[in-house]
Amino acid sequence: MSFEPIVSIQGVSKTYASGLQALKSVDLDIRRGEIFALLGPNGAGKTTLISIVCGIVNATTGSVVADGHDIARDYRAARAKIGLVPQELHTDAFESVIATVTFSRGLFGLAPNPAHIETVLRELSLWDKRDAKVMTLSGGMKRRVLIAKALAHEPRILFLDEPTAGVDVELRHDMWQMVRRLRENGTTIILTTHYIEEAEDMADRIGVIRKGELILVEDKAALMKKLGRKQLTLALQTPLQRIPHELATLPLELSADGDAITYTFDTQREETGIAELLRRLAAHGIDFKDLHSSQSSLEDIFVSLVRS
Amino acid sequence: MNLHAIRAIYKFEMARTFRTLLESMLSPVLSTSLYFIVFGAAIGARVGSVDGVDYAAFIIPGLLMLPLLNESISNAAFGIYMPKWAGTIFELLSAPVSAFEAVLGYVGAAATKSLMLGTLILITARFFVPYHIEHPFWMVAFLVLTALSFSLFGFILGLWADSFQRLQVVPMLIMTPLTFLGGAFYSISMLPPLWQKISLFNPVVYLISGMRWSFYGKADVDVAISLAAILGFLALCLAIVSWIFRSGYKLRN
Repeated sequence: MSFEPIVSIQGVSKTYASGLQALKSVDLDIRRGEIFALLGPNGAGKTTLISIVCGIVNATTGSVVADGHDIARDYRAARAKIGLVPQELHTDAFESVIATVTFSRGLFGLAPNPAHIETVLRELSLWDKRDAKVMTLSGGMKRRVLIAKALAHEPRILFLDEPTAGVDVELRHDMWQMVRRLRENGTTIILTTHYIEEAEDMADRIGVIRKGELILVEDKAALMKKLGRKQLTLALQTPLQRIPHELATLPLELSADGDAITYTFDTQREETGIAELLRRLAAHGIDFKDLHSSQSSLEDIFVSLVRS
Repeated sequence: MNLHAIRAIYKFEMARTFRTLLESMLSPVLSTSLYFIVFGAAIGARVGSVDGVDYAAFIIPGLLMLPLLNESISNAAFGIYMPKWAGTIFELLSAPVSAFEAVLGYVGAAATKSLMLGTLILITARFFVPYHIEHPFWMVAFLVLTALSFSLFGFILGLWADSFQRLQVVPMLIMTPLTFLGGAFYSISMLPPLWQKISLFNPVVYLISGMRWSFYGKADVDVAISLAAILGFLALCLAIVSWIFRSGYKLRN
């Protein structure tokens, strides 16, 4: 994977006519071929940022270069490279699946290619439904149609705005399979999601946006490592009423039923303090029957970030 | 020039037209037939002739223009309003398509539909009245120019409208009186002098007059002025559309 940015966002801000400042001078480089996950609470500016890159919303200030083309000056070349799957299920109603997907390819300036359309429809399990009117499809199927439309013109950069919102398990699974395949073919993917475990599974890098500001961009692994906290849970032989006050200085928490003690520690530290903890517990005659450790998820990291 | 996009939009819009062909053609043809029966046959028999033209034949250019104006506006307005309303407009906005190309696709399709309708009305008129077209070239020219410019006007209306009510207000409240007072059923010279003067502010007068000239060589206003009026209107609509796309008005917030 090359580190040359395929999308370069510089100083992009957006103030809507209503006065709402949706983005405050965002700088972001997306690397060629990566899967980038943009996380943030509702209303943080994720969709606005995507909409600006895709040409749906005009930025108030700043510039965006997509695959070497300025999205304003050279919009034709830039937009031809970009595919967008919007968050809302905005689909045609009366058109057939194959007609609406074929339409998208033409709209993006490509000659008809029935073989490519067939491949896309087959990959998304839409081929059998190709002659069905879009309005007769279920929500999940409509989502597939939107993906097929976005892929009809073979984009190099694919934006997936909340692709798995309201989607069943099977489709989510199919979708991530497809995302992986696209990435193998060299497509750069930028996605937003509320399902943080998805970002954790899929993304190479993660950006967190809060109140229109990009507060963090990090390799996922580095982020998990840097902010990750581990917890050691000890299941006690005999329940405790309370933690002995000699141990109160340690980051310990007693479960409500007194059956377990949780010790939180930082993985970055040389000394985790586990050995010391176990010695001191033994000295107080606290015996345990089981123990396990767990690493905090991206979700915990995310929650702590957006709350801070 | 993104020819594939123009073709895609045009095909998409024409597919919509053909899906609703019967409904959209039947009602204008039916209402025109009713006009022929009521005004042409029943009332026309008492009116006799206007400017030396049999009344039933006299109203044909006007009756051709009435549905042409209304349908051009509502077709094109609906064509662009629907994607806005359904949200599918995002695709057009994110596509490598210029304003001019989008207009060619949408307005081209709406104008095509209007021309189909115009042809159908001319054929229908044949069943009621024998008529003769003196300047067929200019007749087609007026037909095409009217279909194009009013489709363009409808396109602007569709971009501007943010509710179905607004979408209908202009055809209902503005176009209907303008067309009825535009000399479809009478010659402007039949009006009292004051109303003749007021009529000259009605753009539809120039259109119907020009169309009538192409049929019978007789007009309320000079045909050159009619032609200039329609071309001016076309230019004005083009300017507004290009401003809309440049500024992003109601499209890109």
